[in-house]
Amino acid sequence: MKDDKYYRDEEPENNPTFEVDRRDFVKLLGGGLFIYFQLGEFLTGVAADAEQQRSVPSDYNAFIHIADDGKVTCMIGKIEMGQGIITSFPQMVADELDTPLESVKMVMGDTELCPYDAGTWGSLSTRSLGPVMLAAIAEARLVLLEMGAQHLGVGKNEVAVENGVIFVKNKKSKKVSYGQLAKGKKIEKFLEVKPKAKDFSEYKIRGKSFNHADGVAKVTGQAMYSGDFRMPGMLYAKILRPPSHGATLVSADTSEAEKLDGISIARDKDLIAVLHADFEKAEAALSKVKAEYKFDEMKVDDKTVFKHQLEFPSENRVVKSSGDIATGKSNSEFIIESEYHNSYVAHAPMEPHTALGFMEGDKVVVRASTQTPFGTQDGISRELGIGLDKVRVIAPFLGGGFGGKTAFRQAIEAARLTKLTGKPIMVQWNRQEEFFYDNFRPAAVIKITSGTDKAGKIALWDYHEYFAGARGSDTIYDVPDAKTTSYSARDVHPFGTGAWRAPGNNTNTYARESQIDRMAAKLGVDPLDFRLKNLKDERMIGVLNAVAELFGYTPAKGPSGRGYGIACGFDAGAYVAHIAEVKVDKITGKIQVIRVACAQDMGFCINPQGSIIQLEGCIMMGLGYALTEEVKFTGGDIHTNNFGNYQLPVFSWMPKIQTKILDKNEAPQGGGEPGIICMGGVIANAVFDAVGARLYQLPMTPERVLEAIAKVK
Amino acid sequence: MAETIQFELNGKKVEIPLEKNQTLLWALRINFNLTGTKYGCGLGYCGTCTVLMDNEPVRSCGILMEDVAGKKITTIEGMSVNGKLHPIQQAFVDHDALQCGYCTPGMIMNAYGLLLKNPNPTKEQIVDGMEGNLCRCGAHTHIIDAIESASKKMKI
Ligand code: FES
Ligand code: FES
Repeated sequence: MKDDKYYRDEEPENNPTFEVDRRDFVKLLGGGLFIYFQLGEFLTGVAADAEQQRSVPSDYNAFIHIADDGKVTCMIGKIEMGQGIITSFPQMVADELDTPLESVKMVMGDTELCPYDAGTWGSLSTRSLGPVMLAAIAEARLVLLEMGAQHLGVGKNEVAVENGVIFVKNKKSKKVSYGQLAKGKKIEKFLEVKPKAKDFSEYKIRGKSFNHADGVAKVTGQAMYSGDFRMPGMLYAKILRPPSHGATLVSADTSEAEKLDGISIARDKDLIAVLHADFEKAEAALSKVKAEYKFDEMKVDDKTVFKHQLEFPSENRVVKSSGDIATGKSNSEFIIESEYHNSYVAHAPMEPHTALGFMEGDKVVVRASTQTPFGTQDGISRELGIGLDKVRVIAPFLGGGFGGKTAFRQAIEAARLTKLTGKPIMVQWNRQEEFFYDNFRPAAVIKITSGTDKAGKIALWDYHEYFAGARGSDTIYDVPDAKTTSYSARDVHPFGTGAWRAPGNNTNTYARESQIDRMAAKLGVDPLDFRLKNLKDERMIGVLNAVAELFGYTPAKGPSGRGYGIACGFDAGAYVAHIAEVKVDKITGKIQVIRVACAQDMGFCINPQGSIIQLEGCIMMGLGYALTEEVKFTGGDIHTNNFGNYQLPVFSWMPKIQTKILDKNEAPQGGGEPGIICMGGVIANAVFDAVGARLYQLPMTPERVLEAIAKVK
Repeated sequence: MAETIQFELNGKKVEIPLEKNQTLLWALRINFNLTGTKYGCGLGYCGTCTVLMDNEPVRSCGILMEDVAGKKITTIEGMSVNGKLHPIQQAFVDHDALQCGYCTPGMIMNAYGLLLKNPNPTKEQIVDGMEGNLCRCGAHTHIIDAIESASKKMKI
């Protein structure tokens, strides 16, 4: 049946894209009071970082709506993936606006309802969007107070507000609520940002712990993820995939698949999809498609990758430099050289990439698990050659992201197929596709040459980072002669790589903290003392002392046989220090992590419980890349294809976890990532302390542990 | 006439046409629109698709519909009664035992199966029983705490 096929071989027209007038949503929400925030320069920085294609809009970046029942809706382009801003943002809004917490609702990640946002990553929501949003809300509150005073017929200094009700200070019965002020009105207020929000001492809701606001929806199965939406006539699309990266399709024969009941084929150039109302039927039909490929693969695998990286022609840049390396060398009593390796690691969120595309008139709408709804909208608009006003992207709940869902290939696929067929199309990747198309955390090499002087101070630090990413690469220690060089190259990886929770910093912190440990051991001094002696930053010293106390650490030179390891680092504006206790089975090479203590200084903490949960999550997740997680591959052929050959942390690994968030009246910082950066280093150092063997490669699999132990003997 | 199968789903008798090779996971998600049961790996590794079959936790991605005939299936949607959360659900909320929440339905169903068999588990037994359920967000400690406290509450 010809009608059931969808072919489009011609190039799409390249329509110019244009900005959407998002003020359209005013129509969608009806009456009430709208307040727009202009976030200006703050977001520009973020967007520039992210190399967004789109210029940052100059009009506004977030807004709140106050309905006539007093309900406050805060709309931001960020998404919720488990990091908890759906809980902490209403805390900020309610507290700043003096309205009950229950009255604040978040609308997130909808390109039509929310103002532009570059994406949810880098632990930036609270530290970057937060302060400006608060300043804007502070001003909104003043506007409301003025309106209230006018309504009550008194001067604006004579009124105050509590729980969303404005009242005359000396006559409390004379009052009007935010809701009443908003009633029957359609008021738009644009605010200039003058960052003067409340002082820490005035916080009532911020700084208190709240359980996840979405808890009930998630324990009842009612929370909607992209794959949970259903539409009449919706078809699952299973897409023909190459056997490896670097393989190109030569020919495909879909005739066998087409014979199957209810199956149709959609083809748009190299995109070949089998469609069926049932996921499994589509999957079964896809296996009937015969395809031929030609191969052009890189000659590299998970064993040779580090050599490959060092030999690959790369560009380098000096990230940071102070003093002079030659001077550092001559000032050093002894010099230690090391090379550290880190493997490719997958994001592996429990929810694979998923997207539902459908047409609304001539508009393509996509519900997608994406960390960057606006970036996805841009991508779809580009790929389809249609204007931004013809694309709407909505990110519902995400089943984890960790950086992996900044890539949105599945959303483009859904958009292309729905445009082609006119039907609602669900693209739900299976686990194998999720591993295949993941943008892995890059494998990397770190080379360090460092030295100490007679007094036990670090005199030399020459650090070379190959392909890890520069985040976290400059030394946190106080070294007069230090240099950090970062190497990068296009096409060094045989497949996609990308940002993975605290990008770059896991590898850099592992290498740096291992090296510090080597130096302390060589000097025969306690590794905590050695760190404290070589640090100047008070906040770093603060977290180290805090974690030592939390753990009950007593000094000893390594290896002490106790299996204690220390590591500290800096990420997303926050300071972290960890101490771990491990047991190493010398016969099997298996590491059991018994205890991990962590202290974190993230400035003011809006939701302490939420932050502790993030921290514990970082520790559990970090055990994976430290101990087992490693993508196996030959060229573009990725052997890792499911959890059967990619071991995530499990319940029996659970160490005793002790956490401490240092209470600080300082600007709030990121909390979703810092806690993970020390996990490689802290366990490597603990293994050394236990058995005297140094691990120069992550993950520290039993074979590698045994090898390292053999070298000690 | 196409062959049909009957079984009990969350306390109600249901009947659907028997499809060869259809798994319980996708029958739930597509035929019954019970989307609380999640796809995570499709091969029995992750546990996000866990439901109860005759009070035994099973991985619905590996159960063929022909083997469901006459069985009693309970999914996450069947756990709360008249809007009142089941004690295990309540404990997950109280202990904040989730982040992204994608593993949560499977965790709760597996824990329920565990407690049905052993209402008085030690912490080690809980850890052991939950071992095959993966959580990428690392909510593990809270999940164990929630199950421990639910086991105590359920006795009352
Ligand atoms: S989806 Fe069934 S065990 Fe993973
Ligand atoms: S809460 Fe996200 S996978 Fe468990």
